[in-house]
Amino acid sequence: MSRRARLWLLAPALAGFLGLLVWGMTGLPGSGDHQGAVAATIARTAVPERHATNVVTTVTLDYRGFDTLGEEMILFSAALGLVVLLREQRGERKEEVDDDRAAGRKAPGTSEGLRIFSLALVGPTVLLGLYIVAHGALTPGGGFQGGVILATSLLLVYLSGKYLALRELTPIPALEAGEALGAVAFALIGLGGLIASGVYLHNFIPLGTPKTILSGGTIPFLYLAIGLEVAGAFMLTFLEFLDQTLLVRSRSGG
Amino acid sequence: MTAAVQVAVLLLVAAAGTAVVLTRDTLKQAIVLSFYGLLLGILFFAYQAPDVGLSQITVGSVGVPLMLLLTLAKVRRREADREKGE
Amino acid sequence: MSGFLPYAVAAWLFAAGIYGMATSRDLIHLVVCLTVAQSATYVLLLGVGYLHGAAAPIFADIGPNTRVVDPVVQALTLTDVVVEAVVVSLLLALAMQAHKRFGTLDPDDLRAMSS
Repeated sequence: MSRRARLWLLAPALAGFLGLLVWGMTGLPGSGDHQGAVAATIARTAVPERHATNVVTTVTLDYRGFDTLGEEMILFSAALGLVVLLREQRGERKEEVDDDRAAGRKAPGTSEGLRIFSLALVGPTVLLGLYIVAHGALTPGGGFQGGVILATSLLLVYLSGKYLALRELTPIPALEAGEALGAVAFALIGLGGLIASGVYLHNFIPLGTPKTILSGGTIPFLYLAIGLEVAGAFMLTFLEFLDQTLLVRSRSGG
Repeated sequence: MTAAVQVAVLLLVAAAGTAVVLTRDTLKQAIVLSFYGLLLGILFFAYQAPDVGLSQITVGSVGVPLMLLLTLAKVRRREADREKGE
Repeated sequence: MSGFLPYAVAAWLFAAGIYGMATSRDLIHLVVCLTVAQSATYVLLLGVGYLHGAAAPIFADIGPNTRVVDPVVQALTLTDVVVEAVVVSLLLALAMQAHKRFGTLDPDDLRAMSS
């Protein structure tokens, strides 16, 4: 179907869809006017029940914990699919470079200030990521956000020009093992709930006092597992993309 | 006060989203996408959702534009190689 | 009227994303328009959960009986944001390999894979 025919088909379809959407939205109460009954109940009972002050965390890991298991599996399989897609194929080779720039680039090199600053920021970034993962039950944060922040420390290493040195230190199998460990740890902690009281992901560790770091029962440990898995998945993604850009060349070409 | 901020950021988000779609050059689109991610993060904070805002800022302003730029670098280098080889 | 604005912006973003995807000439541009369409759902969800004059659902520093916004939609949105980023990276890798195989990133010029 030609482009023009496609556009002529799109216009009425999109207009009709938009009309239906707007008509459906008029049936909703205005934003901010209506509090759902479930929201009110959870806001009232989450802290006494679970001793965790971040109610969003209790919803993610307790009231809707099974959904989080599914989301984690999506993350895991997407990272796995990425590694399979970008595996070294017959027409390519990984070339040995002793320089951290993509081969053949004529752009000016990065400034010394950028390199030093990025390298100095790696430590604080890792610390911030670990802090956010650990305090998921208390303040905004948790495994998902902290895991991504941990993965961005890899980007800072790339910006500071030490990517190749890092590449030799972190082989991809170690990252894959770490990510799989995070995914499995989440499932296994849920299994502990099954063994202890017959319900998957039920809490089986004594709840601490609210606002301390070990409050919430299994929540800090679940978030540690998620943090490990998300950090592993993102680092794997970044490493694969950086490899493709910097190292992989086609055999026949330059 | 908060309502004014929310309305302003909502309109900015709508404008930025349109700008992302209308930018055809993918290199410029990556930069506009990063800015759009930041605006979305501010919107989420204005709607009293700090957890979501934190996720959006780390992922949408840093992660996705970076992967876009790396894909672009790879694609353009492959095209340059192809032209050299011909 | 301003109660309806988040929904209107969500509908606009979704329509813009779909339009961008349908008229795209570049696979990478298409993936970015998909990201815009996804963000429309985040805006809609948070708009539904908001409550006038309510605080964020973190009880670390406010009393236990203050009104808070809906925590359930926030939990859904926050896992969604992170997971969709990895899915987008998978799509970008697909685009990269399509470019390697077909030599072009134009969706109109991709042929079916020959055996």
